Amino acid sequence: MILVWLIVIPLAGGLVAGLVAGRSQASCRVVALAATILGFLLSVMLWVRNYAHVSLWQQRNWLAEFDRPWIAGFGIHFHLAMDGMSLLLIVLTFLLGIASVLVSWREIDDGVGFFHFNLLWVLAGIVGVFLAVDLFLFYFAWELMLVPMYFLIAIWGHEHRVYAAVKFFLFTQLSGLLMLVAILTLYFAHHAATGVYTFDYAELIGTPLSPRVGLLVMLGFFVAFAVKLPMFPFHTWLPDAHTEAPTAGSVVLAGLLLKTGAYGMLRFVLPLFSEAAHRFAPVAAALAIVGILYGAIMAYGQTDLKRLVAYTSVSHLGFVLLGIFIGNRWALEGAFLTMIAHGLSTGMLFMLVGMLQERTHTREMDRLNGLWQTIPRLSGAGLFFVLASIGLPGLGDFVGEFLVLLGSYRSSVWLAALATVGVLCSTFYGLKFVQRAFHGSNVNRWSLADLSGREAAIVGAMVVLVLWLGLYPQPVLNSFEPTVQHLEQVVGPPSMAALSTGARTIPVILSPSRSAGAKDPANGSAAVLGTSPGALQRYGGKR
Amino acid sequence: MFALGLIGLLVRRNLLFILMSIEVMLNAAGLAFVAAGARWGQADGQVMFLFILAVAAAEVAVGLALLLRLYHRFQSLDADAADEMRG
Amino acid sequence: MFHLLWLVPALPFAGAAILMLFGPRMSRRPAAWIGCGSIGVSAAISILIAWRFLAQPPAGGSYTQQLWTWMSVAGFQPGIAFYLDALSLVMMLVVTFVSFFIHLYSVEYMGDDEGFSRFFAYMNLFVASMIVLVLGDNLLFLYLGWEGVGLCSYLLIGFWYTDPKNGLAAQKAFIVTRVGDTAMALGLFLLFHQLGTITIQPLMQAAQQHWAGGSPYATAAGLLLLGGACGKSAQLPLQTWLPDAMAGPTPTSALIHAATMVTAGVYLIARTHVLYSLSPVAQTAVTVVGLATLLVAGFAALTQDDIKRILAYSTISQIGYMFFGLGVGAWTAAIFHFMTHAFFKALLFLASGMVITSMHHEQNIFKMGGLRKELPLAYWAFVIGGCSLAGVPLVTAGFYSKGLILWGALSSPRGSETLWALGVFGVFLTALYTFRLIFIVFHGPCHHKPSQKTGMTMGVPVIVLCVLSLVGGFVNLPAWLGGHPWFVNFLGAALPATAEGHPAFGELASEGLVSLALAIGLVAAWYFFLKRRELSEWLASTGLGRLLHRWWYNDWGMDWLYDRLFVRPVGWFARANKGDAVDLVYDGAAAVTRLGWRALRTTETGRVRWYAAGLLVGTVIFVMILALL
Repeated sequence: MILVWLIVIPLAGGLVAGLVAGRSQASCRVVALAATILGFLLSVMLWVRNYAHVSLWQQRNWLAEFDRPWIAGFGIHFHLAMDGMSLLLIVLTFLLGIASVLVSWREIDDGVGFFHFNLLWVLAGIVGVFLAVDLFLFYFAWELMLVPMYFLIAIWGHEHRVYAAVKFFLFTQLSGLLMLVAILTLYFAHHAATGVYTFDYAELIGTPLSPRVGLLVMLGFFVAFAVKLPMFPFHTWLPDAHTEAPTAGSVVLAGLLLKTGAYGMLRFVLPLFSEAAHRFAPVAAALAIVGILYGAIMAYGQTDLKRLVAYTSVSHLGFVLLGIFIGNRWALEGAFLTMIAHGLSTGMLFMLVGMLQERTHTREMDRLNGLWQTIPRLSGAGLFFVLASIGLPGLGDFVGEFLVLLGSYRSSVWLAALATVGVLCSTFYGLKFVQRAFHGSNVNRWSLADLSGREAAIVGAMVVLVLWLGLYPQPVLNSFEPTVQHLEQVVGPPSMAALSTGARTIPVILSPSRSAGAKDPANGSAAVLGTSPGALQRYGGKR
Repeated sequence: MFALGLIGLLVRRNLLFILMSIEVMLNAAGLAFVAAGARWGQADGQVMFLFILAVAAAEVAVGLALLLRLYHRFQSLDADAADEMRG
Repeated sequence: MFHLLWLVPALPFAGAAILMLFGPRMSRRPAAWIGCGSIGVSAAISILIAWRFLAQPPAGGSYTQQLWTWMSVAGFQPGIAFYLDALSLVMMLVVTFVSFFIHLYSVEYMGDDEGFSRFFAYMNLFVASMIVLVLGDNLLFLYLGWEGVGLCSYLLIGFWYTDPKNGLAAQKAFIVTRVGDTAMALGLFLLFHQLGTITIQPLMQAAQQHWAGGSPYATAAGLLLLGGACGKSAQLPLQTWLPDAMAGPTPTSALIHAATMVTAGVYLIARTHVLYSLSPVAQTAVTVVGLATLLVAGFAALTQDDIKRILAYSTISQIGYMFFGLGVGAWTAAIFHFMTHAFFKALLFLASGMVITSMHHEQNIFKMGGLRKELPLAYWAFVIGGCSLAGVPLVTAGFYSKGLILWGALSSPRGSETLWALGVFGVFLTALYTFRLIFIVFHGPCHHKPSQKTGMTMGVPVIVLCVLSLVGGFVNLPAWLGGHPWFVNFLGAALPATAEGHPAFGELASEGLVSLALAIGLVAAWYFFLKRRELSEWLASTGLGRLLHRWWYNDWGMDWLYDRLFVRPVGWFARANKGDAVDLVYDGAAAVTRLGWRALRTTETGRVRWYAAGLLVGTVIFVMILALL
């Protein structure tokens, strides 16, 4: 039942906020803030309460579940379920929701009620996406988050907002329709095989599909998620949408909507079509690499700060995609951590750019020079999150990206090498951002107000969280662990055979100890060290 | 008779004549029903004619009302004057 | 006592955090106290730990302090953990000590700078990261410190951010070192996947157990780590950033770009020496890199006219010596040279800071001259530091450490007479450029009177470093002087001893010939740059001379090459593709749709009669199709 509350709170909050706005804008903001904080507390409480036993997850035994028949005739259920992965993503959703409400406090002053209504309904849609395990319900939530987002961009956006909003809508809608076709194909294929009409996730796992159909259906899902992710070459909606959206919109887009794509890959593409996903993995990984490098270099070429940050998302989500399709434990854990860390660091970068724009009414780097002299605290915060974004060790993004790279090295040395070059390229845009916006001399004589108390509170909280993720990511990794185990059960051990020219030369020393390490993290290293000599001897024999 | 009505519809620009042409076409269809009913000895044709009669009455009422509104708006009964839906 | 180890990096870090959060609202005095105080306390704790380490060595010669597990994923379990052995102890002591004195010096040097507290915040963060680097128990934690010092280097080079030139130099430093870091990260992946751990000590044991000598994995890992070391330590081919890094404040150059950070590569290779012992190819690569760098940088230093750039090239060259020492297997000698170099190069930079302050931030040596009388402290500091750098026999620290490296180059089985001779030629170059600098700046006619005098806060650290540059070598007196190689023996617990081969002649003869090379260099410098200055000017104006001068002055043209090869193509691509070419595909689809719309909109006339006609035609066609079928 608590799962329903997680969706109802933002829905109801949005309605109430929209209704009271007529009377007073302040009360509308307070209602929206209260709704997001309530959701946040609820989800954090769930996390704390379940933290001890998230790892006792067995198949079909979710942390929490809610199942009611909805349209029984077609086998459609209102079926929500939560595991460690969705739990953490929901925590992130509400956290960024709070930040979005706060950051819009001054920025939005017309249509306040409708704005908050849309904002909270997007959040509700996102929570729905993270919770739904009935494919029909999932598709419903997937579309639900699209429409309010469209309004957010089209009404409160910047100069080219309508173009951007329509582009965003078309990309996601078209790819979403592909997914609908794929869902229906799967639905009928399952009926053909078992005689049961159902949209239920757990039932549909293992539906027999011919390789050709399997690949096509998988691609239907894959494209929908890849557009959201966004994967090269489906990324072009993103710079426009991010740039034109209001700050809160950019935060929700970058921090959350992109994550729904990655979530979909992890939740649906890999388990439902493990076979097809395996065959497709080399292509996906190659596109991920292209995205990493292309995104980084494109970001370097931009002069609009928001566009720059938008392209960094292409680069970072490339790491997520790479990790997902490399599919070994390091890569998966890394991909997930990158999702969370990217949500925080890039979300914050968007907020900071939004704050700059609020003050200077421009996002062009050439007009912002030497801001450090007038707003040192905001600039310092900018530096901090840029550093997080370029993967400085000790901050959140590093851990995720490092694990992805570590995992991908196992599959293919060359992939890992190229992706590592991607980390190097991130330095280009990161330093350019800092140099052009904050450093340099204040030639335009800006004299601006530094962070207000409200802004400083957001920044401070995020700094702490990013440091925490960077220095002690274990709670997040632990919560994700069961999902990885589940993936390993369903998908089987990863084998990117087609890709791994390097893998043949790399002996898998760790594999005997991997299960041991997984069961008891505390004894993991002992287990590794204990078993590796034997494994090494085998390897020595091979050599 | 149907063809006559159709031609009237296509070539006349006066809305009143267009309406009348439609009436002619409806009656042509009705006549066809009656004739067919008489030829095959079935009551359906007459039922259909009565039905068409009712529809035609309603159509005239709505059509004349629209015509009056259009006349007020454009000060003419030229159908082509009301081409605001041009793409 | 050892359990206090975590405080050594934690205190500077706390200082940095306080200064960053509250610095802007702080007056100078408390900021200085926090900045220096945290380093001072951490230096004091280091001494306590060192004292305890000497008095009661921990079991096995090392002490590990694990604070918590950083992450744990499928056997990959780096900890936030510190590892203390003889090697890291020496590094930690030198880092905290030199840092403390340079901090003290900065209080006055940066005294009237706007970003006073910001400076100390960055410097403290640097010290914290550097200590993490040397104490890190696993390669990932070391990597944290490694990137952390790179960040601080970036921040401090670009400290005076209002000048875009400084920003560019800072960016260059960060990016070029990160090129090396990319290689290092790959090395880390390789080591983990091959050996199942990245904790350094078990890793080294595993490498020794499972890899035979000459193993391709050891070679690959060694070369990749060497890539990282080259980036950070400004060795060929990644040395181009260091001369530009002199844009930062002088204390920064002294601390980061001379004494500590740039020697991180030396530390890394020494720390993972097992890999290099296993792989002759990788170790030879280290030798070649070191030797080539020390010569290339020596020539470049001869032609510079900026006082700090000369010192920068000299730093590159001296680190080349350390790499050279590591390459020939003289591990302990390289660390010894690291220590003495930290003393005398920090001294030289601090002294040059005094000169620059007095000369109103003029850095061109040809606009100075005859400063001997005006700035006696700086002069004597330069003489002592320069002698130590060149390695004047018996009385200076540099003599002992460099002598040990060159002796290793001759005597170890990995060395040879050729290597030794090239190293000795480097000594000649060192003497030449060092005394060129001293003669031009301090002797000869006086061009500009210096104005400002510097105070005691700057004087004390300089004097202390003078003393250390002189006596720092006595911790390891060679046997032929009847001394005791105490330092080498102490490090022996962490690093293997230099193997003895069959040298062509004895250590005394080697030292004698080194001193002879030094003397020739000194005399040549005196003759060309003091006695007959016009001779050197004539030499530089001949055709070949001018070509070489330009070539060396511009760092052997490597900047130019990288600019054409990498910087411009990437920049060009990024700018040309600013609008994202991929979008053309979608814009194309949109254009086709719009074309279709244009075609179809003509049928939408808005005239009822046309629609009716359309209906008619459509019906007729439909009926005809039905009839035909």
